[in-house]
Amino acid sequence: MSLEILAVDDSRTMRDMIRLALLPSGFTVHTADDGVHGIEVLEGIQPDAIITDINMPRMDGFGFIDAVREQDKHRGTPILVLTTEAAPELKKRARDAGATGWIVKPFDPEKLVKALQMVAG
Amino acid sequence: MSEENDPMAEIRASFFIECEELLEALQDGLQTIDDGAADSETINVVFRAVHSIKGGAGAFGLEALVRFAHRFETVLDEVRAGRLTIDDEALKVFFQAADHVSDLVRICRDGADAPDAETAVLIGALDQFLGDTVPEEDAEEPEIEFAPMGLSLDLDLSDASDETEAACPDLDALPPPPDFGAPTGDTAYTITFIPQAEMFETGNEPALLLRNLSQMGDLKVTCDASTLPDLDKITPEVPHLSWTIHLQTDVEEAEIRSIFEFVEGLCVLEIARETGDGGSDGDTTDETPVSPIVDISSETVNTPPPARPPDPPQAPTAPKPAQAAAPNPAEPSQPARAATAPTAAKSVVRVDLDRIERLVNLVGELVINQAMLSQSLEQSGLSPHSDAMSGLEEFQRLTRDIQDSVMMIRAQPVKSLFQRMSRIVRESSAAVSKDVRLNVIGEGTEVDKTVIERLADPLTHMIRNAVDHGLETPEKRIAAGKPAQGQINLSAAHRSGRVVIEISDDGAGINRPRVLQIAIDKGLIPADAQLSDTEIDNLLFLPGFSTASVVSDLSGRGVGMDVVRTSIQALGGRITITSNPGEGSTFSISLPLTLAVLDGMVIKVAGETLVLPLNLVVETLTLSNQDVQMVRPGNQVIEVRSGFVPLFDLGASLGYREPLQNFDGAVVLLIAQEDESCTALLIDNILDQRQVVIKGLDDSFHRAPGIAAATILGDGQIALILDPSDMIANAGATALAPSPPLKTQGVSA
Repeated sequence: MSLEILAVDDSRTMRDMIRLALLPSGFTVHTADDGVHGIEVLEGIQPDAIITDINMPRMDGFGFIDAVREQDKHRGTPILVLTTEAAPELKKRARDAGATGWIVKPFDPEKLVKALQMVAG
Repeated sequence: MSEENDPMAEIRASFFIECEELLEALQDGLQTIDDGAADSETINVVFRAVHSIKGGAGAFGLEALVRFAHRFETVLDEVRAGRLTIDDEALKVFFQAADHVSDLVRICRDGADAPDAETAVLIGALDQFLGDTVPEEDAEEPEIEFAPMGLSLDLDLSDASDETEAACPDLDALPPPPDFGAPTGDTAYTITFIPQAEMFETGNEPALLLRNLSQMGDLKVTCDASTLPDLDKITPEVPHLSWTIHLQTDVEEAEIRSIFEFVEGLCVLEIARETGDGGSDGDTTDETPVSPIVDISSETVNTPPPARPPDPPQAPTAPKPAQAAAPNPAEPSQPARAATAPTAAKSVVRVDLDRIERLVNLVGELVINQAMLSQSLEQSGLSPHSDAMSGLEEFQRLTRDIQDSVMMIRAQPVKSLFQRMSRIVRESSAAVSKDVRLNVIGEGTEVDKTVIERLADPLTHMIRNAVDHGLETPEKRIAAGKPAQGQINLSAAHRSGRVVIEISDDGAGINRPRVLQIAIDKGLIPADAQLSDTEIDNLLFLPGFSTASVVSDLSGRGVGMDVVRTSIQALGGRITITSNPGEGSTFSISLPLTLAVLDGMVIKVAGETLVLPLNLVVETLTLSNQDVQMVRPGNQVIEVRSGFVPLFDLGASLGYREPLQNFDGAVVLLIAQEDESCTALLIDNILDQRQVVIKGLDDSFHRAPGIAAATILGDGQIALILDPSDMIANAGATALAPSPPLKTQGVSA
């Protein structure tokens, strides 16, 4: 099943990795460099799921999730947080902001695909 | 595109490029803090740089880098959280740590051995700032396990009304699971799953969780819709349904739980092992009355509104029937491409340097070809006003534009180079216990990439020299009434088509009497030589000269200023010194913007065609015999206006002919030397001024002093490109006598 994904990460390497992980599964991958850019990109698409980093310039992941959830059409869009730490308080903060789930970096491509399929069908 | 590249290797390569950028940001941030100009965002930038390096390094399994970056990041996080303030000591360690990250990145890239000892020392230094909160050896948390996917989950709720179907993901429309009819396991579980309000606020979907469970084994789901209010009272975000699930499976309970990982805490979840063998058909718990039990294989109807926002974005996964059945007010599918428009603005293409080289070479050929074409058109006797000739003019202009554009591709700001120098200053000043501040100006100045790369070594050497020899010890500085902290300025600027890089210090200046004495002692100059200040300063560049009476850690590496000068000259550059006793010295390097083309003057000497860099030619003169004065045999000067300029017979020095005796009608070019003095170059004739493409003479040619490179002229003829300063300097050196004073004063006939 092909999903349309928006990946938001300020690291080019990470964006490349995500794209590389998802393309073989036939996913359509959009990318954005930070939260502000992510919101811009989101204006023109209706992705099945969003992946976002937390530490980013201009608007961080928490701010981005907040901003996404404020939009009616994205209230239910699954959002996975990509994080290097799996600290419970970080998960809690992400969830409080409205994140659906989280993936610990470095991620396994197969698991990322499965996680996306799990939250987005 | 044509190459079958390993995408991972490509990303890895691009990761290291990104690392360079991040390291630059890291250095910048620390420098800003050092300058006292930091704001709240600065530390975030620094933190993110380290964080991103760590993230990428983790993806490629670069353990040493991850470990160190993580520790560094932890300390920076303390600063970010306001629990640690950066004092001078901390900043020093941060700089060292940043340098070490930079080292580790290079080591990882080049596959060298990790300097574990150094890492350990720095981790120790970093840990001091963490106090007693030193983190445990960071256990990488296990990655989340996800169960395989697949689904066929059909629910039949007799009391569910049909009109609600639109809001529900059409599970039936989803592709069948790859291994439906999973093995019937030998353990039976009863799972109670009651979503709470937050579950929907985070975008989780119960149906998908159930679908995942169905993958694990034999599933029977009971939906409790008893709390479902009337349709007109439903709030989409509030869950009203709960489920009791009987699962016959052979997977572990932990794996079942992993399905619910994302919703843990957002729902009531009870997983109980059923007692009795295969007793999955019976009710096992004393739950609230539930709606009819649904068998997965039974016919389908949708669940009641699962309290999802009214327009779940399921559409892309659902085949046509689903969309037809769901008159979903969700947006029509968007032209997805349009959305990426904002990205396009700052898009960057990574191009292999080889390809650019090739382009540069091709443009070079184009320039030559264009020159040949114009030459033959001119010879064909066409009118300068003919279409062909004016077309050619346009062609010439375009060629030049293309050439400039191609050169721009190779241009890079000198910033990365300068950042390396700030590290050299930090390290070398620590090694000799001097307090040194490096001020950098014009780091945005762009220079050809190759020039930048090849400048690193000479610049490093000069910076070390400035720290080691240029600046005095703090005690001497204070005694001289200067601040204890020494200043080194490093600047870059474009000046009349060249790049000028200056390294200056506010030290004691060159100790000329000592320099002179050493040169005499070493037999570099005659004991009775009378030298101007500039000439004494230039003695530093003589091979085998070293001023340090005490060889410190920094110098004594077997590299002298003569090597620096040679490398600068190899780049088509010049280096000069100015020095004022007690005030410091300035080394000035002037470089061409590019190594590929040159504005040249085409000259004729004894029947040979040669090219001189046009920017060195100050003036051209036609001589008569009276203009030339002999100082001593083999040494002549010419009188130019009020002064005298040494005469240099190019044809003789290249061995093309005997020295000229009769100067009537001969042409001289006044060549500017780096120290602003002039030398008159005696030639036969000037042919042309034109742009020539520099063709390097590779190692298979003997390196002749004064010959910089070669070029191909419009008629296909090969001409050597001269480096007159090198030639003149060498001529002086072979005579073991300083060339006559280069300033025009002081010599009389």
